[in-house]
Amino acid sequence: MLLFTGKRLISLVLSLIAASVVVFIVIEVVPGDPASFMMGLNASPEAVAALREQMGLNLPLWERYFSWASGLLRWEFGTSYTYKVPVADLISDRIWISLPLALYALALSTLIAFPVGILAASKRNSPADVGIMGATQLGIAVPNFWFAMLLVLAFAISLRWFSAGGFPGWDEGFFAGMKALTLPAIALALPQASILARVMRSSLLDTLSEDYIRTARAKGLTRRQSLWRHALRNALIPVLTIIGLQFSFLLAGAIIIENVFFLPGLGRLVFQGITQRDLIVVKSVVMLLVFAVIVVTFLVDIAYAIADPRLRSGRR
Amino acid sequence: MKNSRFLAAIGAVLVLASSLTPAFAAKTDITVGMVLEPPNLDPTAGAAAAIDEVVYANVFEGLTRFDSNGAVIPALAKSWDISEDGLVYTFNLNSGVMFHDGTTMDAEDVKFSFERAMAEDSTNAQKALFADISTVEAKDATTVVVTLSKPNGSFLFNMAWGDAVIVAPESAADNATNPIGTGPFTFVDWAQGDKVELARNENYWGNPVALDSVTFKFISDPTAAFAAMMAEDVDAFPNFPATETLPQFEADARFKVIVGSTEGETILSTNNQSPPLDDVRVRQAIAHAIDRQAIIDGAMFGYGTPIGTHFNPTNPDYIDLTGQSDYDPDKSRALLAQAGITDLTLRLKLPPPTYARRGGEIIAAQLREVGINTEISNLEWAQWLEEVFKNRDYDLSIVSHTEPFDIGIYGRDDYYFNYDSPEFREIMAELNDTTDPAGRTALLHKAQQFIADEYVNGYLFQLAKTGVANAKINGLWENSPTQANDMTGVSWSD
Repeated sequence: MLLFTGKRLISLVLSLIAASVVVFIVIEVVPGDPASFMMGLNASPEAVAALREQMGLNLPLWERYFSWASGLLRWEFGTSYTYKVPVADLISDRIWISLPLALYALALSTLIAFPVGILAASKRNSPADVGIMGATQLGIAVPNFWFAMLLVLAFAISLRWFSAGGFPGWDEGFFAGMKALTLPAIALALPQASILARVMRSSLLDTLSEDYIRTARAKGLTRRQSLWRHALRNALIPVLTIIGLQFSFLLAGAIIIENVFFLPGLGRLVFQGITQRDLIVVKSVVMLLVFAVIVVTFLVDIAYAIADPRLRSGRR
Repeated sequence: MKNSRFLAAIGAVLVLASSLTPAFAAKTDITVGMVLEPPNLDPTAGAAAAIDEVVYANVFEGLTRFDSNGAVIPALAKSWDISEDGLVYTFNLNSGVMFHDGTTMDAEDVKFSFERAMAEDSTNAQKALFADISTVEAKDATTVVVTLSKPNGSFLFNMAWGDAVIVAPESAADNATNPIGTGPFTFVDWAQGDKVELARNENYWGNPVALDSVTFKFISDPTAAFAAMMAEDVDAFPNFPATETLPQFEADARFKVIVGSTEGETILSTNNQSPPLDDVRVRQAIAHAIDRQAIIDGAMFGYGTPIGTHFNPTNPDYIDLTGQSDYDPDKSRALLAQAGITDLTLRLKLPPPTYARRGGEIIAAQLREVGINTEISNLEWAQWLEEVFKNRDYDLSIVSHTEPFDIGIYGRDDYYFNYDSPEFREIMAELNDTTDPAGRTALLHKAQQFIADEYVNGYLFQLAKTGVANAKINGLWENSPTQANDMTGVSWSD
């Protein structure tokens, strides 16, 4: 187990180094000078040159990479070109919206998907199963931003139960914060729940046809008992993989939902950073998200090893 | 009988209760929607319009300022004298003015602010506004003498820009994140990505304002802006991004729609040195191929005023030259034939705003009618600045020039139109030397006529300002003589 974890850790570090180089280079080659963007149409060339100097844009490429990469290790990302505040501050403000939103959506999606998936699998080919499969198909097909707009129309504009968007801040209290995140979380969770429910169902059906389930039935367990006692635990591995992927997606991929609900989260920070050529913000947030994805993958790997001892030795 | 008495009693209780609840008093706070978030809050270090939209007149003030119609009126300077030769401006400052941090604002701060903007390492985006200043002298606490190196008829106008506001040496370095000005509102908090909050300055030197607090909320998505207005999360959206939904707001008694004009001359920018666009006949042919009203209707939902030169139609010195480039495809084809053009493909590079993206498609179709093909590429702003504005790697583009009174850009060396005319520069030089109003008007007419005759760019329309607000809000600017959301005169009626 120790060896397994060690190997995974080394691969984690190498992935991070490779990712940081790629992120840095890709963002440096994007056309558009941040200084001239900030100074606008009427700016004099001298003012733009003075700003470039101030922003350190005239240093050689490798020097900029190392100062950025070594800063990352100390949780110092540099100063935002446009906001003129440390990027770390921007990130730590916004992560308290993006992270709770991702967790909220993930919780909703899991809470919906598990019972629905199990129901569909245990009542295979029944009208309930057919209905669930149809509904989840729809859930996958509906774009989440469009669903988000429907939610706003119904609950914010017509019923006025929620505001149309925005975030009051956690200072206003836990419930005010959660309330503001509810519609976005539902919009994010619906497609994820549909995917997860389908994976849950097919994974359960696979395990239900395994020999050991037949053995369990043979020794006298009912179909329901064998499902709960033996099949469910074994069906969890693919589901865990999907949950890991979904968490990364929810953390990084909420850009559109954040725009629809004008939530100041990480997605919108990246989006604004790109349009305003605030490259230092883009680099840092993208790197942070890469880090999150890699760490989640690492944790999922470890979770597999716990769930399935055969994976620990590396001999699959 | 019993019933009706019961109802009457309930009614009386309700009336009493309602007269006690403060909900019926006029509101004193306002939430204003903005599409773009300012990158920082220092108007003297950055060109982003969103900076002025938050702080101009609210947090920062200059010697002079624009009123809602674009006229230059006194601000921190209560009056001024101009010497005979137009070189020496003596400003008399209001006394008892304090910055929000409690330090006093006096002549030394004015001197500091101007010298900071003019300095070698200054990052003031409008450094040119200060180019003619030779010295700034603080004669006494409330008197500033500014000496110019040559007369400049626009000097008082220039000093009204957001880039020329007065800042304090103690706080100037931090204005980007913690703006300290002299205005009627003080900065409270900025939740980046979300909102900026301002509160009433209790020690304001001028007329007190009606509002206690102002929140600027940043909503870039048009659909989200619509939802926020409809759900009344936002009280006013002065530059409303979902123009197509305006009729819905007009029909709703809770809201009012405010349509005005901006300083944005929207033009088909033309690279005057990219053959065959260096031939005035080709540029004229393009001008006659364009049906302005079709663009205004198709791209702007009918909002916008056609223009025939680079000048704001609401300006008293504007002359209507649209007839000189009226929609006449036959004439356009004839001009192209005269110039010997048969197979022409032009690169049309478009920045992100709707006017450019939608307008570009319509113009491409109109140009095709007269036999000019276009290759459209859609760019982001930063890319546009690089390719079009800086490297001039383009033939045509569409952009709204939103700075007030910017006809002078046609006389600039190396501006992205690549237009070079000593005669036009002569007119501008003469305009700068002229201070008498009649003479200036004549020169401005001449300048407008000159660029219209040269068909330097395709002149499309003046960008409209279309806003939505709660029907009970008074005092919002209808027009946009400078990019600002001046909250000083805004109040709620009950």
